[in-house]
Amino acid sequence: MTEFYRSYLAVAVLILAAIGMVGFMLGLGRLIRPVRAQEQKYIPYEAGSDPTGTFGQSNVRYYVFALLFVIFDVEAVFIFPWAVNLESLGWFGLVEMTIFVVVLTLGLVYAWRKGVLRWA
Amino acid sequence: MNAVALTTLGIEIGWGAALAIKTLVILLIIPAGALILGYVFLLKMMSHMQSRLGPMDPGGFHGWFQLIGDGLKFVQKEDLMPDGADRKVFAGAPAVVLISTFLVFLVIPMGPDLVVKDLDIGVFYALAVSSLSVIGILMAGWSSANKYALLGGLRAAGQLIAYELPLLLAVIGVVIQAGTMSLNGIVVAQQQQSIFGIDWIGNPYILTQFVGFLIFLIAAQAELTQTPFDMPVAESELVGGYHVEYTGFRFLFFFMGEYGTAFAFSAIAATLFLGGYALPWVEGDLANWIGPLVLFAKLMLVAFLMFWARFTFPRLREDQLQAFAWKFLIPLGLANLLVTALFKVAF
Repeated sequence: MTEFYRSYLAVAVLILAAIGMVGFMLGLGRLIRPVRAQEQKYIPYEAGSDPTGTFGQSNVRYYVFALLFVIFDVEAVFIFPWAVNLESLGWFGLVEMTIFVVVLTLGLVYAWRKGVLRWA
Repeated sequence: MNAVALTTLGIEIGWGAALAIKTLVILLIIPAGALILGYVFLLKMMSHMQSRLGPMDPGGFHGWFQLIGDGLKFVQKEDLMPDGADRKVFAGAPAVVLISTFLVFLVIPMGPDLVVKDLDIGVFYALAVSSLSVIGILMAGWSSANKYALLGGLRAAGQLIAYELPLLLAVIGVVIQAGTMSLNGIVVAQQQQSIFGIDWIGNPYILTQFVGFLIFLIAAQAELTQTPFDMPVAESELVGGYHVEYTGFRFLFFFMGEYGTAFAFSAIAATLFLGGYALPWVEGDLANWIGPLVLFAKLMLVAFLMFWARFTFPRLREDQLQAFAWKFLIPLGLANLLVTALFKVAF
């Protein structure tokens, strides 16, 4: 097996081991914990008073942040390989990345000026 | 005892057995790390800084029994699930958070050979798997059928994605300087490089990447939802945020996930900025033996800074938090990136 596949294998083994440990602890908990069902225990807890109104209506104000995040997160995928190879790319790489970052920053400035970053 | 330590004792084992042993060690690190941070910082430091008498009392000496008592309490609790909850998602959410914490430790080197798998994309992998916990938190908030849990989950999602970017940008500065994403490679680079020709302690990146270090600490604080960025779990506003409906073991998972992640982020910060397991002039087998202790000492130093901020700062508002990330930290991170690249190319 090559080193490349061993990396994947190590990650897979760790995931399985973690799942196993979580399962073991939950199983242990199932053996130990008491079960005394009472109707009131299954009401959603809202600081002591009975819940009022309906659940599920919330104004997700910062979905625009999520859109911005996608832009910058994809940028990170481009920047990491560039960062590793900057030594060999030299001035050419620096100028290219400066242009790239400036364009991205323009996007952020645009969002800023549009008032997207303000809690309206 | 770790695989390489065994090899230095003259016992040869295959890579499969080594992997199994290392995996077991990691499975023990998380609960141990969570316990250590819980004891040293949550109980001792917080009690002293905030003059809390309760956690200092149980068991006599500095309240050593408090965490054990808490653990025993969690074990005895019923596993409650609110009526309207989405049962499968509700049950799975804490496991997702805990598993994402486990995965981070795959790449953290505790000595030149004491690492489970030194991936080429180490830092990238660590950041990627640590941000998987957002999914678990959103699952918990959404499936609880509780207004406060939903608000907490949404706040957490907004916060974690906003502070993921400064974290990435801070790390990119280090990657530029080291020229590699492998965490072991970054430690070696810090040992071998010099600061403008001065090389007697190498180049711990906290000196040349000080801005990056500060951005990383602040962003990690927000990722951990610790005060001053603890709006997602703010007791006085949301009764407890996304984990309000959880009891017993599942709540314990969130607790372990939080402190395990604090341990992981401290370890990553210590590795990236403080030279990791390396001490100046220590090499070879000796580095393997004392490496874990050195890393632990540096890790506790970083954790001290994070918990110090946690115990002394008041909570920000949600809009202040978002504005701080987008209007200050991200532009600062981009500037830091370009300046670092300029220095790298020019010198």
